[in-house]
Amino acid sequence: MDAVAHFFQSIPVDLLIIQTVNGVVTGMILALVASGLTLIFGIMDVVNFAHGELFMLGAYVGVLVLTATGSFWIALVLSALIVALLGAAIQVATLRPLLGRDSLNTILATFGISLILQNYALWQFGPVARKIGEPITSHFNLFYLTYPWYRILIALLSAAIIGGFWLFLKYGKYGVWIRATTQDRVMAQAMGIPVPMVYTAVFAIGAAMAAASGVLFAPLVSVNHTMGLDWVLKAFIVVVIGGMGNLGGSIGAAIFISLLEAYAAIWVDPSQAVIVSFVVLILTLLFRPTGLFVPTPK
Amino acid sequence: MNQTAPRTEPIVLVEDVHTYYGKSHILHGVTLHVQPGEVVGLLGRNGVGKSTTLKTIMGLVRPSHGSVLLDGNAISGLPPHKLARLGIGYVPEDRRIFRLLTVMENLRTGLDRNGVTEERKAGLLDKAFTYFPVLAERRNQAGGTLSGGEQQMLAIARAMMLEPKIILLDEPTEGLMPRMVSQIRQIIDVLHREGVAILLVEQNVPLTLEASERVYIMEKGLVRHHCAASEIKVDDPVIRQHLGV
Repeated sequence: MDAVAHFFQSIPVDLLIIQTVNGVVTGMILALVASGLTLIFGIMDVVNFAHGELFMLGAYVGVLVLTATGSFWIALVLSALIVALLGAAIQVATLRPLLGRDSLNTILATFGISLILQNYALWQFGPVARKIGEPITSHFNLFYLTYPWYRILIALLSAAIIGGFWLFLKYGKYGVWIRATTQDRVMAQAMGIPVPMVYTAVFAIGAAMAAASGVLFAPLVSVNHTMGLDWVLKAFIVVVIGGMGNLGGSIGAAIFISLLEAYAAIWVDPSQAVIVSFVVLILTLLFRPTGLFVPTPK
Repeated sequence: MNQTAPRTEPIVLVEDVHTYYGKSHILHGVTLHVQPGEVVGLLGRNGVGKSTTLKTIMGLVRPSHGSVLLDGNAISGLPPHKLARLGIGYVPEDRRIFRLLTVMENLRTGLDRNGVTEERKAGLLDKAFTYFPVLAERRNQAGGTLSGGEQQMLAIARAMMLEPKIILLDEPTEGLMPRMVSQIRQIIDVLHREGVAILLVEQNVPLTLEASERVYIMEKGLVRHHCAASEIKVDDPVIRQHLGV
C-alpha cells in the first residue's frame, strides 16, 4: 500500500494538468480528422487510406494561400474548400465506378490515391518542410509553462467544426438525406434521394474536415509530404475504438486516446507513448470488437 | 368499377421483362400494365417473382431483356431516385423504415424535393396525419420503435409524400393483426379514390380480390392468368391451381 501511495504522491499535479490540456487539444484535432474518416466509412463503407494525404494537402494549400494572402483564416477556409472540391473529384473519378464492388477494391483504390498524392506533394513542394506561423502568438501562464493560446483555440475551433457538422446532420435537409442513406441505401434511393450525389458530398465534407485539421495543426509541426501518415494511423485506431462509423464514439475515442498518450508521456518518452494507443486498440479488438462506445451486439 | 372499359395509355407498362439475380433466371418475360388510378393485384406463391417485378419497375433490379414504360417513356436503366421523382412510390415487403430517423424525418425524405413549396409540404403532412393519426402522435419517435402495423403505415405515408402517380405495394398486410389489415385495406381505397394507381402484391387473396379491379396471377416468373377481379372467386379453380389455396 505504501508503494501505491508513494506512486500517486510522486505524480506532479501541475504536470498532470498540463498533460490533460495537451491531451484534449491533440484529441480535438484527432477527432476532426477521425470524424471525416468515420463518416466516409459509416456511409459509404469505404476505408479511406488517402485521408492522411487530404490532411497533408490541406496543410500545403494552407501554406500557399497564406503566402499569397497573408491571412491564416482565409487560408483555413480556402484550403477546406479547395480540398473538398479535390475530394469530390477523386470520389467521382475513382470510387463512384467501384460502387457495389467488394471493399478490397476501394481499399486498393484509396491506397493508390494516397501514394499518388504523397508523391505529387514531394514533386511539387520538395522534401524541405514548410512552416505556417501561429495566427495568434499570445501565451498564458500554466504553472511553470507559458502556454500558447493558439492551442486552446485549435481545440475550440475543432469542436466548433464538429458541432456545426453535427447540427447539419441532425437538422439540415441534406443531413437527413445523409442519415437516411447511411441506414438504408436502397430505400433512400427509392425515396428519391440521389445517393451517388450524397456519396460525393460526404467524401467532400470528409476531405474538407481533414484539410481544416491539416491547416489548424500545421503551426504546431512542420508541413511535409509524409505528415499525413501518423495522423491517419491514429485516426484509424480512433475509428476502430470508437466503433466504425460512429461519429460520437470517434470523438470520445480521440480524446480518450490522446489523454492516455499524454499521461503516458509523463513517464516514458513521447515517441513510446504511442504504444498505449496500440494496446488500447488490441484490447478493444479482443474484447469489444464493435468499439468501446457501441453496445456489443448479442 | 368499369375495369373492362377501354382506357387511355397505361401509367406503367411492363413488356416481356427478363430479370436475373446472378445466374438464376427470376422473371421469364413478364408482361403487365396498370392504368392511371387503377388498383391491380399481383398474386402468386412465394418465390414466383412478384417482388422482383416491383423491384424491376422501381429500377432496383435491371431487366436483362424487355422494357418498362412509365407514361409511355422507357424507364429501364434509370436510377431509382429519378423514378421516385417521376412518380413511382415504393413500399417494400419488409417496410424498410429508416429505423434511427424519427417519423417526421422518415416523411421528410420524401418531402424535401426541389419545387415543393412549404404550403404543399404542410398539406401533404396534414393528409398523412389525417389518414394515420397515430403517426402524428409519434412524429418525434424513432421509426424503429414503432409497432409492425405502425411501421407499415409509416412506409405507406412516406411513399405518399412523393405524390406518386403509382404506388408499388409489396405485401402490406404481411404479419399484421386483423384490425391493422382492415385499416390497410381502407388506405388502399382512399388512395384509389384520390386517383393514385396501385400495383398490389399480396398473399391475402380475399383482400386482393376485394381491393383490386384486375388481377394478374404469376407462376415461375411468368404471368399465367389475367382477369378482372370480379370474374374470379377465392375458391376459383384458377386460384387453387396457381396459388394452392
